[in-house]
Amino acid sequence: MATLKLKKNKPLVAPSGTKPFTSPIASAIVTVIALLWTVPTLGLVVTSFRTKEEILSSGWWTSFTNPSFTLENFRTVLLTGGGSLGSEGMIPFAVNSLAITIPAVVLSVGFGLMAAYALAWIPFRFSNHVFYGLFALQGVPLQLSLLPLLTFFATGVQIGGHQILPPLGIVGTLAAVWFPHVMFGLPLVTYLLHNFVSALPRELLEAARVDGANHFEVFRKIVLPLSLPAVASIAIFQFLWIWNDLLVALVFAGGTDDVAPLTLHLANLGGSLGSKWENVAPAALFSIIIPLIVFFSLQRYFVRGLLAGSVKS
Amino acid sequence: MTWSSFLNSSGPKILQILAVLVIFFGFYGIAFAAGARLQGKKQNVLALSLFLVPALILAMTGLGIPAVQTFIESFKNADSSKWVGFANYTRAFKDPDILLAFRNTMLWIIISPVVVTVLGLGLATMLNKMKREALAKSLIFMPMAISFVGGSLIWNLMYQYQEPNMNQTGLVGQIMKSLGIPLQHLLLWSPWNNLFLMAVYIWGTTGFGMVILSAAIKNIPQDIEEAAQLDGASGFTLFRTVTVPMVKTTIIVVLTTAMVGTLKLFDVIHTMTGGNFKTDVLSNRMFDEHFVYLNNGRGSTLAILIFLGVLPITYYNIRSLRAERKH
Repeated sequence: MATLKLKKNKPLVAPSGTKPFTSPIASAIVTVIALLWTVPTLGLVVTSFRTKEEILSSGWWTSFTNPSFTLENFRTVLLTGGGSLGSEGMIPFAVNSLAITIPAVVLSVGFGLMAAYALAWIPFRFSNHVFYGLFALQGVPLQLSLLPLLTFFATGVQIGGHQILPPLGIVGTLAAVWFPHVMFGLPLVTYLLHNFVSALPRELLEAARVDGANHFEVFRKIVLPLSLPAVASIAIFQFLWIWNDLLVALVFAGGTDDVAPLTLHLANLGGSLGSKWENVAPAALFSIIIPLIVFFSLQRYFVRGLLAGSVKS
Repeated sequence: MTWSSFLNSSGPKILQILAVLVIFFGFYGIAFAAGARLQGKKQNVLALSLFLVPALILAMTGLGIPAVQTFIESFKNADSSKWVGFANYTRAFKDPDILLAFRNTMLWIIISPVVVTVLGLGLATMLNKMKREALAKSLIFMPMAISFVGGSLIWNLMYQYQEPNMNQTGLVGQIMKSLGIPLQHLLLWSPWNNLFLMAVYIWGTTGFGMVILSAAIKNIPQDIEEAAQLDGASGFTLFRTVTVPMVKTTIIVVLTTAMVGTLKLFDVIHTMTGGNFKTDVLSNRMFDEHFVYLNNGRGSTLAILIFLGVLPITYYNIRSLRAERKH
């Protein structure tokens, strides 16, 4: 058997694609790193099922030899709340996260796709300049725009004491948080979708134009259906980005719990509760569970979106 | 929490989500129905104004105009009422706290992108065609989905400190204790605490580098690799003479992306140390100047300095994009 197997594995020509590193050492290194990357998260998961007393008196890894788990922490964090958790626990913050993320993703991807089509397929003067301008805006760190934008929301535009534009009146609302996300995300979203939309076969779009379809019809009947995979990748990307954001929430949710997303509440909890891990751990686990589900179920799309942004074909 | 209290507090928010969706799709639904009837030049103008103009206005009001305002305000005083010339800039290069933030930011930019790229490239190469490649990749990539706030808390748990005679509750402390290394308050232990913070970023970003570089490696034409192998190259030589040169562009993409990421990085510092214990970085300091010390001028100055740090990278990227478009 052994010789037969050996023969089978020994082709006449050089094996196609022998890897540069194929040794037990490489496998060992990879295994160690993969473990190292997983263990911290595992620690959080285990900790969230331990009682307060256990968390304070021993390390989470001791639970493997001496298992005793409880769901009490989750009951506190999700249902009863209390203390710095807020009177209703984490669920209202999860709703805030959704109410910020969904509009921001839909609008940025929606506007981005239409803009990408316009830049790729509607000829007009300065089309190239607009494209580079938008691309360059990607290089503007959003740090530059936090305070001016917040002021714009609160007081509108005043020049020399004259009110040019009134205050938007959205300060303290959910819109004040998702609206900036739409604006900040657009340059990158448009750029990535432009890469995709501009690579659609010219003959296909031109044939439709010859048949009398105008831009609205071409967009709706050809570009939109064909772009769905790209749209999905970029939407997932945006979803994770916005769901996981802290800085924008910190600035635009303005310290009100009423519109604070999970990340913001969690950052406050981590600070104020200090070592109250029986609350912090399950709350953190709850906040990462939705992105993890999205990530694991749609990983292929996510990777595709990532590659679209970084690898040149 | 009861069902009715949930509906009371969250019902309106869920309705808001629906309202935004209905308005957006409703408006564009009608616009597309109307637009489909138009022909000729009119149609072009309407399409441009409905497709492109909203995105441009949003990007300009969100980023373009505020960036200019911030630039102007960096030459004004705390409440933007008086011009102060370059005072904010000269102060930024004298203030010991800000100089410390500069030093730390430099450390971040030099160390973490390199580690992310080297680890990512090493992993991508070793994993290529290895058994259970997908599983290992998923595990290393997973932190990408976790917020840096969540990641910071996860690592806080790892770094927990207990007195040496007590049971350790942090895994790192436990390992140090077993190895006989004197225990430390890891996040208070300057300047090494900067490295412990970087570990969180590296943990969260290596998967990104690995996945992108892995795709690039799989794109290397088989015959090039085979030719090198026939010439007797293998192992590290093959890696150095074939793999690295073939994915050079991608290496630069990963490196620059991570550089921009570290320059802007805020969440880890804000959540783990708040910039205390000599771990402050520019973007956290900028936030504090704006929203803790309420000094508009100084905050804007630091924002501009961050921008100036990102600028060469953006410029480089635009140039390579242009070169690529010409092809």
